Amino acid sequence: MIIYGVAVLAGCLLAGMIVGDLLGVLLGVEANVGGVGFAMLLLIVLTDRMRRAGKFPPHSADGVLFWSAMYIPIVVAMASTQNVVSAVSGGPIALLAGVGATVACWALVPVLSRLGGAEEPLPPISEEAEV
Amino acid sequence: MELISEVLIKNGLLFAFLVVGAVMWASYFLSHKLTNGRFHGSAVAIIAGLVLAYIGGLFTGGSKGMADIPLFAGLGIMGGAMLRDFAIVSTAYGVDLGEIRRSGLVGVLSLILGIFISFIVGAVIALMFGYTDAVSMTTLGAGAATYIVGPVTGTALGASSEIVALSVAAGLVKSVLVMIGTPFIAPLIGLNNPKAAMAYGGLMGTTSGVAGGLAATDKRLVPYGAMTATFYTGLGCLLGPSVIYFLIRGVMGG
Repeated sequence: MIIYGVAVLAGCLLAGMIVGDLLGVLLGVEANVGGVGFAMLLLIVLTDRMRRAGKFPPHSADGVLFWSAMYIPIVVAMASTQNVVSAVSGGPIALLAGVGATVACWALVPVLSRLGGAEEPLPPISEEAEV
Repeated sequence: MELISEVLIKNGLLFAFLVVGAVMWASYFLSHKLTNGRFHGSAVAIIAGLVLAYIGGLFTGGSKGMADIPLFAGLGIMGGAMLRDFAIVSTAYGVDLGEIRRSGLVGVLSLILGIFISFIVGAVIALMFGYTDAVSMTTLGAGAATYIVGPVTGTALGASSEIVALSVAAGLVKSVLVMIGTPFIAPLIGLNNPKAAMAYGGLMGTTSGVAGGLAATDKRLVPYGAMTATFYTGLGCLLGPSVIYFLIRGVMGG
């Protein structure tokens, strides 16, 4: 059933959030440390095991894949609720600090991604397959 | 008229699906008609979303873009942290764990470098504008990391509300720039494979920026970028008011 996939996904995110919040408390910071990351690792490992045991049929996977397909629309909704006015009207200090940090880090991407050998680009994909 | 708007407000999330669906359709239509699909529809849609957020913010004077207009409050639910994180995690389904393990070291390095460089750039800009005290420099640097690290660090260090507001604005500039700029910069910096995406998430750190930017570039990169970016804000909040503050205070001599 589709709900099984949705339930596994929700369970992974909740578990990851709890671990991230606990880690934040342990480190003494008021932030979630890596919750989404832990949730992703849990989802990858758990669904892989379940699939191998034959307990995660395609219908269950559909429950996860639906949300994956909703990712871009959700990000568009997120973009439409950002505080863009503040970003635009923050004045030259905010603008320079934000742009400066972004550009400096952009420049480092090729350096870091070449550490230990560069990777092949992903194969091209058609728009229909992606969306 | 009132009856209609009441229904739409009461069922805000459903109306948000309708609105976003329309934005997506218009964006992909424009992408095909005007750029022959070369400029990706998802990138157009995200920019359209940001433009709507700007209009909403101007119209209401609030901080949540379109979601401050009652009719469009459902966008705040659809694009809020809960569903966003839910969708991000779902993109990890089917990802190869070996890939993440192979690029793990690059991910860790990118986090540390990304946080330190953002703080340094922000602190130097603060200094250029005459903020010579370590607290203000660190707080603006924290804002250049993300708009959450900024106020957390500023509050911990007791920075003035003026500098905290600036740090939030700096973080928002970064987030918006990453959302819009990623698809343009991606070919120049080789952002086309999982390892580069992991480095990207760690260097940029802003979850919304990375989530939007990679969606506009290639959705298959999202889980790798999100994996590292999710550690950034927490680490920034940890390092900012401690190690980095002491370093900056050491350099500035109190």
